[in-house]
Amino acid sequence: MTPAELLAALVDSIRSGAVRIIDLTQVLSPSFPQIALPPEFGQCWPFRIEEISHYDDRGPAWYWNNFSCGEHTGTHFDAPIHWISGRNLPNNSVDTIPVAHFFAAACVIDCHQQAAADPDYLLTVADIQAWEAVHGRIPARSWVLMRTDWSKRRDAEAYQNFDETGQHTPGPSAEAVRFLVEQRDVLGFGSEAIGTDAGQGYHLKPPYPCHYYMHGAGRYGLQCLTNLDLLPPTGSVLLTAPLKIERGSGSPLRVLALVAANSAAT
Amino acid sequence: MTMPLPPPRRKNPVLRTRQMNLPPSARTRVALGLTVCAARGRFALQRCAACGAIQYPPREVCRRCLATTLRWTAQDGHGQLLSSTRLHHANDLFFRERLPWRLGLVRLDSGPSLIVHLHTDVPEPPVRVRVSARLDRSGRAVLVGLPASEDCNLGDDPMLREMVCDPRYRKVLVTDGTTSVGQAIVRALVEAGAELVWVGQAEPWKRHGSGIDRLRELPQVSIVPLDLTNGRSVEALAGAIAGKVDIVVNNAEVHRTFGIAARRGLDAARAEMEVNYFGLLRLAQAFGPALKARSADGVASAVAWVNVLSVFALANFPAHGTFSASKAAAHSLAQCLRAELRTAGIRVVNVFPGPIDDEWNQNLPPPKVAPGALAAAIVQALRDGLEDVYPGDVAQEWLERWREDPSTLERELATGFER
Repeated sequence: MTPAELLAALVDSIRSGAVRIIDLTQVLSPSFPQIALPPEFGQCWPFRIEEISHYDDRGPAWYWNNFSCGEHTGTHFDAPIHWISGRNLPNNSVDTIPVAHFFAAACVIDCHQQAAADPDYLLTVADIQAWEAVHGRIPARSWVLMRTDWSKRRDAEAYQNFDETGQHTPGPSAEAVRFLVEQRDVLGFGSEAIGTDAGQGYHLKPPYPCHYYMHGAGRYGLQCLTNLDLLPPTGSVLLTAPLKIERGSGSPLRVLALVAANSAAT
Repeated sequence: MTMPLPPPRRKNPVLRTRQMNLPPSARTRVALGLTVCAARGRFALQRCAACGAIQYPPREVCRRCLATTLRWTAQDGHGQLLSSTRLHHANDLFFRERLPWRLGLVRLDSGPSLIVHLHTDVPEPPVRVRVSARLDRSGRAVLVGLPASEDCNLGDDPMLREMVCDPRYRKVLVTDGTTSVGQAIVRALVEAGAELVWVGQAEPWKRHGSGIDRLRELPQVSIVPLDLTNGRSVEALAGAIAGKVDIVVNNAEVHRTFGIAARRGLDAARAEMEVNYFGLLRLAQAFGPALKARSADGVASAVAWVNVLSVFALANFPAHGTFSASKAAAHSLAQCLRAELRTAGIRVVNVFPGPIDDEWNQNLPPPKVAPGALAAAIVQALRDGLEDVYPGDVAQEWLERWREDPSTLERELATGFER
C-alpha cells in the first residue's frame, strides 16, 4: 500500500466506521476545576469566558466570546520546558516540538480498580510488567495512559479530592516513571486526574517525579483525559497537537484517539 | 408603643409588584452637607464660627450675623415637640402611597425650629423629643422626631422602617462564606432576624475548613455556588435567586500583601482586581436590576447593597499596594452603583474597615478589626440606614486624617509604611 493509498484507506475507514474516533477531551468550562497551589504561589487561571456579543446591541448578527485560561487548564499537554529538569533541552516548548510527535500509538494500563480502592494509588513497575505479560512490550515512542476512571468523577469536589493534607488522586510512582523513560523510551505519560503526578506527588522522591523525569528526558504529559475506558489496551493512535504558543510550556488541546472499531472497549 | 412587626405575609404572585416612587430629592449643594453627615450616622447642623448660631435650614451665610464661615457641627437633637399633625392626603406619590403620615414641629434646645417626620411612639405635644437625621429612600437626609427614651421596637415603626434597611424578615445574599468575616456576617444577619441567608462559595473543592460547614446548621442558611471571577456562575445564581434577594452583602475579596516591587508580574494584582473590582461589576450587572424592580415590594422589599471595601481605598497603603488599588477601584465603582441604585431607592452601604484580623493581615500589628466586630458594624449600619461605615480604630483615624488632608495622609503612609 502506497502512502497515498494508506491515507485514502484511513479516510474511508473513518467514514465507514471501521476506524472510530474517540474524544479523550474534557469540555473547557468555567466549572471545570484547575490545579491549585498554595495561595502564595502564582496560580494557573481557570477557564473563563465572556460574551463579546450575542446577536444584540454589541453585535447584531453575530455571537462570539473571549476566553482566558492558563496553559495548563482543562485537558492539556505538558511540554518539557514546563519543568526545571527540561528547561535547557532543545525543542522543548509547544511551538518547537516536532509535529510528528503529535501522532503516536498509545498503551492503556487499567488501574481503575486500584484507584477506586485507594485514591492515592501509585502505578508500580510491577503493574507495568504485568500489563506487558498480557499485551506485549510497550513500543518505544508511544504514549502510556493510566486509566483510573477518575474522569468519571463529574463533581469537582470528588474530582479534586482535597482534604486537610492536600489532594488525593492517583498517579505513577517515581520508579514506574523512570522505568517508562529509561527502559521503554515512551513518548509521554497521560492521566485522567488534574496532573500527571499523583495528588500527593510532592511527597515522592523527587517531588512530582513524572514531571521531573518525563520532562527531564524531553518527554510529554497529558492530563485531565477522559474516556480512557473506551480505548483498547493497545492499538489506539492519539492526535495530540497543542496550540502553537510561542515558548509555551503547555496548552489546552483536543485529544483524539483513532481505534479500530472491533478493538474498542465496550 | 410600636407593635412588633409581624412576619410579612407571602406575596400574592398574580398581583403587580409595586414600583418605587421616590420622595422628593432636590437639595441645594449646601444642604447635601446634612446628607453627608446622616450617611455616617450623625445629625449635624451648621454652626456659625463667628457668633455660634446654629442654622436651619442649611444656608450660605449666618442667619444672625451674616458671617460666611458655617461649620457642620454634631447635634444631640434634644428639643421640644411644639405641635404635630397627621397627613391624610398628599399629592407627592411617595407619601400618597404611605398615608397616614405624621409630622411635627420641633424647637431644638440649640435654637432652630424644624419640621420632622414623627415616630408613632412620640406622644402628643408638648413633649420632649430627640431629633435625628436619617437618609430617606431617595438617599437624602430628612429629620425624624424620635421618643426621648429608647424602645426596643423603635425600628418597627413604618415611618422609620422606610428610612432604614433593617435585615429583619429580609432575604440576604452574602457573597463569600469561606472566610471568618463572611461567616461572622452570616451569623450576625441570622441573629438580626434575616429570614433567609444565601451564602456564596467559590471552588468548594478547595475544602475551606469547617467554618462554612457549620453555617449549614443554621436553618436560615443555604450555601450556594458563587464565583465572582466567573460571569456564568454569577448569572446562574442571579437567575435562580435574584428576584428574591432583598440585601446583597458583597464581602468576597482577594487580598495579597504586595506593593509593586515585592511581586514580579501581575498575577496577584490581577486576582485582586478580578474579584474586588470586576467581581463587583459582574454582581451588580446580574443582581442590580432585580433589586431595583423590588424596592417597593412591601415591608420586606429589596432595600440595600453592602460593599465591604477597605480604608485602604481612601489612600494607598504601600505594603498592600495592589490590594489598596483594587479597593480604590471598587470604591469608585461603588459610587457609580450608589448613583444607579438610588434611582430605585436601593441604598448602597460602603464599609471601609481598617485591617481585619485575618490571615492576610497576620504581619500587621494590632489594632485589627475582629470579624465579629465588622459583622456587627454592618448589621448596625443596615438598622440605622447608614451609607458610609468605618469600623475600627485604624479606619476612624485614617478617615479623620484623610478628611483633614489626603495629601498629608499619602505622604505619611509613604514614610515607613506607618498606619
